Order: sequence, then C-alpha cells, then structure tokens
Amino acid sequence: MIPEVGNFALVAALMAAIYQAVFPFAGVLGRDQALAATAASASIAQLGLVLLAFILLTIAHATSDFSVLNVVQNSHTAKPFVYKLTGVWGNHEGSMLLWVLILALFGAALAGVRNEDAKLKAKTLAVQGAVAAAFLAFIIFTSNPFARVFPAPADGMDLNPLLQDPGLIIHPPFLYLGYVGYSVVFSFAVAGLLRGKIDADWARAVRPWALAAWVFLTIGIALGSWWAYYELGWGGFWAWDPVENASFMPWLAGTAFLHSVRVLEKRDGLKVWTVLLAILAFSLSLVGTFLVRSGILTSVHAFAVDPTRGVFILAILGAAIGGSLLVFALRAPLLKSTAAFSPVSREGAILFNNILMSTACVTVFVGTFYPLFIDVLTGQRISVGAPYFNAVFRPIGLILFLVIAPAAALGWKNGDISGALRRLWPAGLAALAVFALALFIAWPKHATAAVGAGLAVWAGAGTIIDFLRRINVRANSIGGALANIGALPRSYVGMSLAHLGVAIVLIGILGAGLWRSEKVVFMQPEERVVIGGYDVRLDAIIEREGPNFIAETATFTVMREERMLRALSSERRYYPVRGMQTTEAGIWTSLKGDLYLTVGERHPERGQVVRAFYNPFAVWMWIGSGVITLGGAVAAVPRRRRQQASAASKATVKAPA
Amino acid sequence: MKRFTFIAPLLVFVAIAAYFAVGLTRDPSRIPTALLDKPVPEFSLPAIQGVEKGLSTVDLKGEVSLVNVFASWCVGCRIEHPVLMELAAEGDIPIYGVNWKDKPGDGAAWLNQWGDPYNSVGDDADGRVAIEFGVTGAPETFVIDAEGRIRYKQVGPITPQTWEEDIKPIIEELKS
Repeated sequence: MIPEVGNFALVAALMAAIYQAVFPFAGVLGRDQALAATAASASIAQLGLVLLAFILLTIAHATSDFSVLNVVQNSHTAKPFVYKLTGVWGNHEGSMLLWVLILALFGAALAGVRNEDAKLKAKTLAVQGAVAAAFLAFIIFTSNPFARVFPAPADGMDLNPLLQDPGLIIHPPFLYLGYVGYSVVFSFAVAGLLRGKIDADWARAVRPWALAAWVFLTIGIALGSWWAYYELGWGGFWAWDPVENASFMPWLAGTAFLHSVRVLEKRDGLKVWTVLLAILAFSLSLVGTFLVRSGILTSVHAFAVDPTRGVFILAILGAAIGGSLLVFALRAPLLKSTAAFSPVSREGAILFNNILMSTACVTVFVGTFYPLFIDVLTGQRISVGAPYFNAVFRPIGLILFLVIAPAAALGWKNGDISGALRRLWPAGLAALAVFALALFIAWPKHATAAVGAGLAVWAGAGTIIDFLRRINVRANSIGGALANIGALPRSYVGMSLAHLGVAIVLIGILGAGLWRSEKVVFMQPEERVVIGGYDVRLDAIIEREGPNFIAETATFTVMREERMLRALSSERRYYPVRGMQTTEAGIWTSLKGDLYLTVGERHPERGQVVRAFYNPFAVWMWIGSGVITLGGAVAAVPRRRRQQASAASKATVKAPA
Repeated sequence: MKRFTFIAPLLVFVAIAAYFAVGLTRDPSRIPTALLDKPVPEFSLPAIQGVEKGLSTVDLKGEVSLVNVFASWCVGCRIEHPVLMELAAEGDIPIYGVNWKDKPGDGAAWLNQWGDPYNSVGDDADGRVAIEFGVTGAPETFVIDAEGRIRYKQVGPITPQTWEEDIKPIIEELKS
C-alpha cells in the first residue's frame, strides 16, 4: 500500500509542478496578480508531495520491504539500520528522488522569501516549476523508486559496501544542494532575460542563492574528496574521474559567477557575461547528472547505467540548456551595461578571474568529453588521464595564485596596481622565504611543490595583509581593530576568508599530493616500519565479524624514539553478499601531517602487506575547505538593518584605495 | 557580427548536444571494429619494478588468455580485483596484466597489498601499448584467442555478473 501512495504522491507533485510552470506566466502576461501569486502555493504543495514520497521510500527501506524492487536491489536485512536509511539515496532512483526533493525545497524557499519585484519572483518560480516537472517526469517514467517485484524475495542484494560509510551519508545531499541550488540562479537568469532587465536589484536578489549553492557545492566536493581519501585506501584524494569533474565544472562556473555578479551589483557592468555564467553553472550541473546517469562515459561512479534514461536526460538537457540559451540569444542584446572601467581595476581583476575560471572550466570539459568527441568523429577510442589535467592546471593555478591577492586589493573603476603591490611587500618576502626554504628541503624532487608553497604563502599572506589594512590595524588598538571587523561589508569578509581558504587548500594539496612519502612492506607481528619520522609497530592481526561483513583488523602502535604515542588500527572488510572488499585506513591526523596505514593480503611466509603513507599537511585541505565554506556563508547571510550598517562602515572604515 | 556573439553559446551547445546524442548510441564498452578479430599489436613491455617477468606479444599466443589493464590509482580496478583473484585461483585461464601509467613501484605495491592474480605483468608507464590496444581507461580487459587475436573487450570492472553473462561464454566458445 505504501509504495502505491508514494507513486500517487509523485504523480500529484508532477501536476503541481506543471501548474507552477504554466500559470504564473499566464498571470504575469494577463496582468492577473492573484493568478501569478499562486505560484508560491504550487511550489509549497509540490514540496509537500515530494517530501511525502521521499518519506514513504525511506519507510520502505527502513522496514526492509522486499516487495519494492529498489529495496531488494540495495538493501539487506543484516545491513546496519543507519545504512538502511542512507541506502535510500545510495542508488539511482532514490538519488534522483533526493535531487527532486532538494529542487522542491529550493522552490519553496524561493516562494517564502519576500521580494519587492513580484513579477520577477513569479517568473522565476515558473522556470523553477518547469525544471521540477521535467525531472519528476524522468523519475516517474524511467526511474520509479516504487516499482514492485513479485514474488518478493526473502532477502535483498545489499548496498554497495563502498557506499556503506558515514562520508557517503552526507556527501550526495550536499552535492545535490549545490547542483540544484544553481537551478534558482538559472531560473532568475531566465526570468530576468524574459523581462529584458538585469540590474543591481536582480544581482542583489540572486546573490544569496548563488552563494548558498556555491557553499553547498564546496562542502559536497570536499566531502567527496575526503571520502576518496580515507575510504578508497590509495592515499589519494582526487583522480579526475568524470564524475568528480562533473562536480568541479559547475563549481568553476559558479565561482566565476560570484565574482562577476559583484560587478553587476556595484557597477552595473558585465551583464551579458554574468547572466551567461548563471545559465552555464546550472547547465553544467545538468550535464553532470547526464554524465553520471547515462553511462555515456565509463566511471567508477556509474553504478546505474541505462540508455533510455540517457535519452530522457538528454531531452531535458536540450530543453533546459537549449531553451535558456535561445532566450539568451534573443534577449541578451537588449541588456545595456553602463559601466566603464580601466583594465587595472577591481572590475578588470574580476574579468580576469572570470577568464581564468572559464579557461579552467573549458579545460576540464574538454578533458572529460574529449574521448567521447573523438569516438563520435572517428570511431577511435582514446583516453585522457590525470596527467593531462595536472599539466594544464599547473599554469592556470600559477597565474591564479599570483594575482589573487593584489587583484582583491584593487579599487573599483580605476585601481592602483603599484600601490597595491607596494603594500603587499611583507607577503612577497614571506613567500620568497618559504619558497627558498622548501626548495632547500625538497631539491630536486619536489621543486614544483616549492613553487606552489611560495605561491600559497603569497596568496594567503597577501589576503591577510589587505584585511588588516582594511580594519586599520596600525592606527587602532587591537580592540578597535576587532570592532572594525563588524563594520566591514560582509561580502569583503567573506571574500577574504574564501581567498585565504583557497591558499590553505593549496598547501594541503601540495603536501598530500606532491610531498607524500610512502612505503610498502611485508610485516610480521612485532615488526616495525619507519615512516615520516614515526616508528610503526604491527601488534596483531585479529579477525572479527561485523553486522554484514567479516573483517581482518591490524592493530599498530605508533612510536617515536621508543616512546609510545598512540594505537592505530586498519581494517580490510569482506562483504559476502556483494562479494566485495573495502579498506578502512588507519589515519592519525595532525596539523603537521597524516600517518595513513592500510593492510593488504597476507603472504604465508613473509607476513602481512602493510602500506604506510605520510601525507604532510593533508588536513589543511579540509581545514581550508572549511574556511572557504565559512567565507561563502558569511557573505550569504543577509544583513539586517543594512542602511545603518553601511553608514557605519563608511564612517569608521577607510575607503578602499 | 554583434548578433552572432549572442547566438554563439546556443550554437556551441547544439554542437555538443549532437555529440552527446550520437555518443548515447555508442556502447562505451564497444571495441573499435578496427581491432576486433585482429592480432594483438606487436609490443614488448618490461616487467614492473619488483616483479620478474614482463609481457610481450609472444606470451599471448598458444592459449586463450585475458589481458587486464590496471593501475594503482584506478578505483574501478579495486572493485574488479577480487573477481580476478577468484579467476586466478580457479586457474582455468591465464591472466596477464598491463600496468598502465603508474609510477615506478606503485604497481608492485598494489599487487603486494591486494594480491597478484597475474601470470606476468608488463609496465606500460607512458601508456603507449594501451593506445595500440585502444584502451580508454582502466580497468579494461581483453579476451585473446589461442592465435593471439583480440576477440572481446570489457570496459570497466569485471563483476561476477559480467563474467558469467558476457565473458565466460566467449571463452568457452573459443576453447571448444
């Protein structure tokens, strides 16, 4: 009975979405405000219905209802309860339902926000409704999570054990919050184009949404990378897998958008470009979905592959992206920018950022899809691996980290580059010192990493110096300077945090990516391996039985100069239902670096294979991601009493040069 | 001209969408027709660091065999690995490995950690031989007949299911 109600809720949600897509437009065109305002009610009804469907699917999973195909394919009675719940979105159908649920959440949130421009809001909600309708139809016709199976089997096939992990509980929801969050930005863009007016008010309305989506996407990407780091047991964190790229591309476009929308808000410029980026960010999210769900490229992540779904998603892609770009082609020429600025200015710097971000985005796109293009053109099969991405990302990163600090210190309209550089001299000095030191330690193996370390310090210290100057730290007491932080524009504080975070992430990437040391040895109990200045002793290997797996646990003692520091254990799990193995790495995280241990096969005579890594500064990747996220969040939170606050900031804070 | 700037994004998208549409009709695991039933390309790969025997064309003649392309950085290879170990334990078909685009030592470390299902492994550090084979990514597995011709290509991990349904029948046919 429950699955049938779920089915019904989905169909009803589709009706609500279609209503939401059609009637607000009719209302705006027919100048019927009451009709236009029903969009809000429709979006709330849609949220209620999708939420009901999602709860019902969760109940089916929680109670192991094996008459539902989706539960049979992804669950097992012995599976721990928490993974029964998260298994709801650990599969294609359920994850699409989560996608639509989040879409409905954003739609309802948009409906709840007060907006002076009722027409813009009604149109935005209508576009949002059209996107929701397309995806609900996709679920109902190609990926129904409530499909029954008869007769019901006695037990299920279990969830892919790589997905039975706390990181995977929260990774997809955040990623989806990011992807889907851009749907609001997209809807605003299309609605703005349709009415032929994109201005500072439009920018102010859309910016919190763009920031929210960007924050979620950042968290999602960081979590995914963290999961790969500790769960896959190879010591790495990013493999340029097509699906990783799929989340990175909207992030790059979204980052570019966040920068250019400031120009639009402050200076009424870069209109056409900004609106195109808004369309691109969501388009790339959709392309990412297409990539994962169509099986058009082979990837580890492609758990569910089905050509009919591919065709359906391609149709959605064509309608959403093609449609919006058609609107763009017709309406964007009407947009008039009034801003004039010199190339050396905040606007110029932001444009330069946009060029870098777009180049990076195109690079990832080409690298991801090149094999497909070549296949279609010539029938040949080629591959683009991590070496390509690493090779092209280095120069882009080099330029980015060189300019990030001075660019952020430039003033609007007409900037003073030599003045900005002069003020940043301590950062330059620190960067050179770190570069020289790193080169000295690392020569010649890690020369690239030394350049990177210098750049990270330059970008990070430069950001801090500009921040200190803005709060007037020299002229003030410490208390006075701290009080000034409160008066700074939120967007400036957010930007500084995000830039600082990026520099911190770079340190982590360099440490864990280029600077890591690694040893693979056979070990008998009581034997030791030396890595990263630690003495690691294998104590014992114990077999234990988990709820739905059998594990081989190796316990280690980490020592330095015969002093015991702590115990660490690493595990190899075998999941009999799926016949798969996973590793649980033993990781000791400290600010200096991660000690990372995994165990492998046992050789009858030589002992257990132990793979030991020392990843310097690895934790800074996650700390930096946190700082970036915090920056986005600070900028996103709307400011109360904005008039008084901005008046206060003018009075106490030195205006930017 | 100005008008064109605004239409350009749409045109670019239409072109990309066309590629996607055609791409959907292509089976990503399809072997290029140019290579199917042809002899394996001539090659000779050195052994990977820490392992004795390399791999070359002559090894693949005389018996039906599997050539598996793997890398230590490849996650799909990890998923596939237990299946290969089982096949090796059954011992019905020799499995040869091509260690693709790995750093020196990484391939051997990987085999030490997870077990070594291969009769011998060639080190394809720069990916040259993989290109000759038309490899698009790891893991990929080729079925080679007794005359040393490529008869089937599996893209992505071999799962118990793909083994039973796709690969095993071909091998049985080749052996009979």
